Amino acid sequence: MGKDVGTWTWFHKLASPPHFYRIAGRMIPWFAVPAAILIVASTYGGLVMAPADYQQKDAFRIIYVHVPAAWLSLMCYMTMASAAAVGLIWRIKLAHALAAASAPIGASFTLVTLVAGSLWGKPMWGTWWTWDARLTSELILLFLYLGYMALRSAFDDLTRADRASAVLALVGVVNVPIIHFSVVWWNSLHQGSTVLRKGGPAMPAEMLWPLLVGALGYTFLYAALACIRVRGEVLIRERNASWLKELEAA
Amino acid sequence: MEHFLSMGGYGPYIWSAYGFGAVVALWNIWSALHLQREALERARRRLAMGRSEENDHGTR
Repeated sequence: MGKDVGTWTWFHKLASPPHFYRIAGRMIPWFAVPAAILIVASTYGGLVMAPADYQQKDAFRIIYVHVPAAWLSLMCYMTMASAAAVGLIWRIKLAHALAAASAPIGASFTLVTLVAGSLWGKPMWGTWWTWDARLTSELILLFLYLGYMALRSAFDDLTRADRASAVLALVGVVNVPIIHFSVVWWNSLHQGSTVLRKGGPAMPAEMLWPLLVGALGYTFLYAALACIRVRGEVLIRERNASWLKELEAA
Repeated sequence: MEHFLSMGGYGPYIWSAYGFGAVVALWNIWSALHLQREALERARRRLAMGRSEENDHGTR
């Protein structure tokens, strides 16, 4: 018993399903409200306040959907894979629950990234799709999410589903740096980084802020959605636990 | 207004992208709430049955 006792009680309390279930429920509005405000602000900033691009004219406004969705698709995958690793190593059910909760969110926003990118590609590149490194690796990300979900549904036993899908999630992490650096490593048709680059963002402030606000808004949206979904996943995993009775009373 | 909607001729592409993003965001909200409610409902039913039967495979 040392001075760490306080920290560990806190951690164990948080990691206990009934406590986590309650905390996650209480956190939802704290994520959902900022998400709504930030996404509305970003949309207004991107569609109305930002000036048209000198090269791409108004078509560039699609980035305010495309880039935050792409950010979410990668951030969500890293969260899912990290949670899966924690679940595998320390056998924490809650971590598996978070990984399982993240997959459908990530998959849907990967689809948004691809569709919005395609809708930008048609007028700008003259094609809906090309087998370019960036586009292909993002498509593989979608398949990883879908494969993860398909693998989960192939098991009747939830514990085995959690463990098998966690391995797949971890293997798929290889794809994340490939997506990010694809525009550097290969001669890609996709433009290079505009925001995360050496020497700071290559974009005027009135174009940049809606993009950053949008990425932050999508992050909050992910957090809100994950809180709701993870509660469902916890309930599914804890369906025989006695604390569910207290839930009934509440 | 019409000028704003046309987006310099890129209107159909831009509005489709924003529309699809909105639809997916709304689907996510619906789907998350649905999963949570469904799981809660199943837990309630199970409690009501006195957890006698183990025939529920979780359906996932």
